[in-house]
Amino acid sequence: MTSNLIENTLTVRDLKLWYGNFEALHGINLDIQKGKVTAFIGPSGCGKSTFLRCINRMNDRIAGCRVEGALLLNGQDIYDPSVDVVQLRSYIGMVFQKPNPFPKSIYENVAYAPRIHGMVKDGPEMDELVETALKRAGIWEEVKDKLQQPGTALSGGQQQRLCIARTIAVKPKVILMDEPCSALDPIATAKIEELMDELKEEYTIVIVTHNMQQAARVSDYTAYFYLGDLIEFSDTHTIFTAPANQKTEDYITGRFG
Amino acid sequence: MTEHTFKRFEDELNTLKEKVLSMGGLVEKAVKRSMNSLIKQDAVRAHKVIERDHAINALEVEIDDMTRTLLALRQPAASDLRFIMTTIKVVTDLERMGDLAESIANHMLKTQEAPLTQVASLQTLSDLVLAQTALALDAFARSDLDAAMTCIESDNKIDELYRTMQREYLTYMMEDPRQITAGLIATNIGRNLERIGDHAVNVAKMVIYMVKGKDIRHTDPQTAAALISGTAQK
Repeated sequence: MTSNLIENTLTVRDLKLWYGNFEALHGINLDIQKGKVTAFIGPSGCGKSTFLRCINRMNDRIAGCRVEGALLLNGQDIYDPSVDVVQLRSYIGMVFQKPNPFPKSIYENVAYAPRIHGMVKDGPEMDELVETALKRAGIWEEVKDKLQQPGTALSGGQQQRLCIARTIAVKPKVILMDEPCSALDPIATAKIEELMDELKEEYTIVIVTHNMQQAARVSDYTAYFYLGDLIEFSDTHTIFTAPANQKTEDYITGRFG
Repeated sequence: MTEHTFKRFEDELNTLKEKVLSMGGLVEKAVKRSMNSLIKQDAVRAHKVIERDHAINALEVEIDDMTRTLLALRQPAASDLRFIMTTIKVVTDLERMGDLAESIANHMLKTQEAPLTQVASLQTLSDLVLAQTALALDAFARSDLDAAMTCIESDNKIDELYRTMQREYLTYMMEDPRQITAGLIATNIGRNLERIGDHAVNVAKMVIYMVKGKDIRHTDPQTAAALISGTAQK
């Protein structure tokens, strides 16, 4: 692939979402580029997390939730009835706001999903996969001597990196991050941000964040959501220096509300 | 524009703008005074301009300190960021303009030994430059694109007048070698005025950046016009 060829991992066309009678997303159109970090920003209740959760069908389990429109992953509609949701979520991993490691050992946290997906057998192969994932998540040096200790015994920042290791263990195409640093201190935050910068070479990353400076620091593209509409989507540099839309401008500069 | 959620940030931005405008006011006053001292052969007035340059310099330091603080503590974005960037650049131009006014006052003092008999074209030049400076400051004060554009366009006329003035004094000097000292002083003053105008143009260009988010510095007029109207890609 030539570097100047734009390749979209996700294509979203006129995506609408209802919680019962309430229309939470009013027709979102957006292309998410491969190998880039895309940030979603906007005030609480603007639909950014709802939209993020559409991308790996996390809203399916919510009663009364209905989705219309197209959401294509590499050209394939992820809402097609033939799509296996479990398989889909191995393509599109997710990291949550609060680190949520399984109540298992550090090793098992990473090995669990590859095992149930039948990716590799237990033994040296699995050892290698766990080590690679922990290394990619930048936590290997800190945990290599205590792989059998519970994941929950780690610090918050380490737990979050463990969750990222767990996500990349199944070799996803896309990593969704829902405010991954809001429970972390600045140093742990910086490590996660640094990690995102490294991971985007292999994965497409989409991050929801309330921290605008974080969006400015880590993302290549930024989407501003407000009241269920995508107000502006542009390269991050433009959004933070000269946004085209007054609503974006007001939000970015803290003149909102 | 809607008010800032952080009232104090809003106040700080307003104070910053007021400081820049009062610095601009001091610069205008310095240029006017230095030229009046020349025209009226009033050395006292020239000394005052030289003495008061420190007030302009002090404002530069104060404004720089404010912008530094705002950048560090507020992490401004979008229009706030562009305003603060503009302030940082504009203050440097204003300080230079103040120095050039001071230089005119110093040249005036030299004319006491070599009197300048012909000051009409210098006066015309300074009128144009002062009008141009006022446009630049108005443009900054009101985020006024039209004023900024007029300021930039007026520079051609000033450059032309400056060249004419140079030829004029060259003629005097050739006609009468006793006029050479005075002629050189006059052309130096003309040069200072012309440079003040250039700094006013810099201010106006930053105002365009502040308002439109487009950097038109070092572009030809066609590209600049296209950038401002939004028909060109950056």
